[in-house]
Amino acid sequence: MKSIGSLLSEDQRESLKRNWHKFSTNPLSIVGLITVLTITFMAIFSPWIAPYPQSWGRWIDFSQASLPPSWKHPCGTDIYGRDILSRIMFGFRYDLLMAVCILAMVVPSGTFLGLVAGYYHGTWIDTVIMRITDIFLAIPSLVLALAICALLEPSLFNSMMAVSLLWWPWYSRLAYSLTSSIRNEYFVQAAELIGANPLYIMFREILPNCLSPIFTKMTLDVGWVILIGSTLSFVGLGAQEPMPALGNMVAVGSKYMPDYWWMTIFPALAIAFTILGFNLLGDGIRDLLAVEEI
Amino acid sequence: MKITAYIAKRLFYSIFVLLGLSMFIFTLSRVVPGDPARLALGPLAPQWAVDQLREKLHLNDPLPVQYVIWLMNALRGDLGESIVSKRPVSQDVLTFFPASFELVMFSTIISVPLAILIGALAGRRANSIFDNIVRVFSYVGIAVPTFVWAVLALFLFGYLWKVLPIMGQLSVGIRRPPVRTGMMSIDALLAGRWDAFVDHLKHMILPALCMSVGRIAQEARLLRAGIIENLKKDYIVAAISYGIPERRVMMTYLLKPSLIPMVSIMALDLASSMGGSFIIETIFNWPGFGRYGMWAMLNKDLNAVVASVMIVGIFFALFNILVDVIIAYLDPRIRVMERAS
Repeated sequence: MKSIGSLLSEDQRESLKRNWHKFSTNPLSIVGLITVLTITFMAIFSPWIAPYPQSWGRWIDFSQASLPPSWKHPCGTDIYGRDILSRIMFGFRYDLLMAVCILAMVVPSGTFLGLVAGYYHGTWIDTVIMRITDIFLAIPSLVLALAICALLEPSLFNSMMAVSLLWWPWYSRLAYSLTSSIRNEYFVQAAELIGANPLYIMFREILPNCLSPIFTKMTLDVGWVILIGSTLSFVGLGAQEPMPALGNMVAVGSKYMPDYWWMTIFPALAIAFTILGFNLLGDGIRDLLAVEEI
Repeated sequence: MKITAYIAKRLFYSIFVLLGLSMFIFTLSRVVPGDPARLALGPLAPQWAVDQLREKLHLNDPLPVQYVIWLMNALRGDLGESIVSKRPVSQDVLTFFPASFELVMFSTIISVPLAILIGALAGRRANSIFDNIVRVFSYVGIAVPTFVWAVLALFLFGYLWKVLPIMGQLSVGIRRPPVRTGMMSIDALLAGRWDAFVDHLKHMILPALCMSVGRIAQEARLLRAGIIENLKKDYIVAAISYGIPERRVMMTYLLKPSLIPMVSIMALDLASSMGGSFIIETIFNWPGFGRYGMWAMLNKDLNAVVASVMIVGIFFALFNILVDVIIAYLDPRIRVMERAS
């Protein structure tokens, strides 16, 4: 049987090894990577590895209600007798799903708009796109997200929509600044002289040169998206009960705060670890790809 | 270009951005499902009353017309009526905004010196134990959402270690000082009420701290990075080798240029603490603009939602300009370029 390593050429293997070495010299990046991998694993396999998978939804077992942390329930149970640890695992699922969906919508669209605006630098296309971008950046994203969520019906889907609606401008601004500088390079001018299609120039000549900053920003943004998403569900404008999103677990638990502290503290810690993990990993990747300030 | 001309240009540009923002949020507030008139009157109101209110609120006009009417009214200071408080939104804003402003400013007063102190010490002694602690703190401070800090603070100070009050603005039994500015600490001082002033400050500490943890972390981190980078610069090496006292090198040559990246995100941070105040004020029951905005949002109070978004937008725009001015002061290169052009 061939190993995965032998599928790559000698050079690729060499650069992979070098990159890994560079990445692994920073212990914080490794911590981030391990955290992210653990959380992703729990998120994907939560129905199978959660100790009490039925805790996902409307499950009531009053004999187990409000139990403090024990061997049987490492993070305790909530007032309906649902296992908090299992719910946290499912919560990772929703939070990661939300981050992935949002970034999947935002990164291509924002990059595309920024690319077009940067390529047609100085024309009306540039003005229109970048001024719209400015509008969405004119206000802290949390307030706008809260407002949009409040105007739509609160749900997980609408909160994803709201966050996407105000997140793309960051990518178009990044792609714009990259494109407008790459645009003046000789290889782009050469392609223009040959008479290449603008779309070809944008996607084959310019875009590949923007990818590593955009990819880096994406990894750094996962944490921020989870932060804003969990804040939305905390105030009740995101995922709704009984869906176990981490934010609304904290909100529901905080009602029973002094005595049943575990209902709040564990989901809150889970949020903190998730965001921390993604931030550390993102920083590691930024150092690795040698991307400057984003 | 003179700095005044620059400010004028920025102000002029901000007006267009804010107009765009108002168009977006206004349109959104009118196209969402649900009839604003029906929302205002409730499900039990008769149809004729709803129709009457629709007519009064110009809801039957086309959307652009509605927007122009809204804008004209807004420019005259009339932001419509709040459904929930049954008062004009502009009056609500005037009532609630000062308390929020006070809280945000207090958190700035706490966080900026702390961030400078922590960041400068960590940067000066890079890779020391203190520096490592600061790095871990800054990672954690940035990663943990405001509401988590708030919930933790409630747990720690509300139940375990009751040294600081966790709710509202004043303790029970202390008479409210007469309202003049709306900022209670200033009101208390104006009225010469020392007891109220101290009590009020105590009430501000926890919300302001929760609001500023993220800011302190981020600003300290930027300052630290700036100092480490500038320490390698030739002019600093030269200054140190001349034997200029370390304190003087630090204060005169190192700190100022290193502050620039930190100051440039301060506007963003201030704005995000404005956003954070929506959460913090709700949790700590602080009767400010953030709690009002949150309450409007949860109750789908359309006029109030639009108004709160716009107020935060204006606040943000003004602070962005202010920060640009501060950076021009810190970075002489910008001033020199201005004179040259």
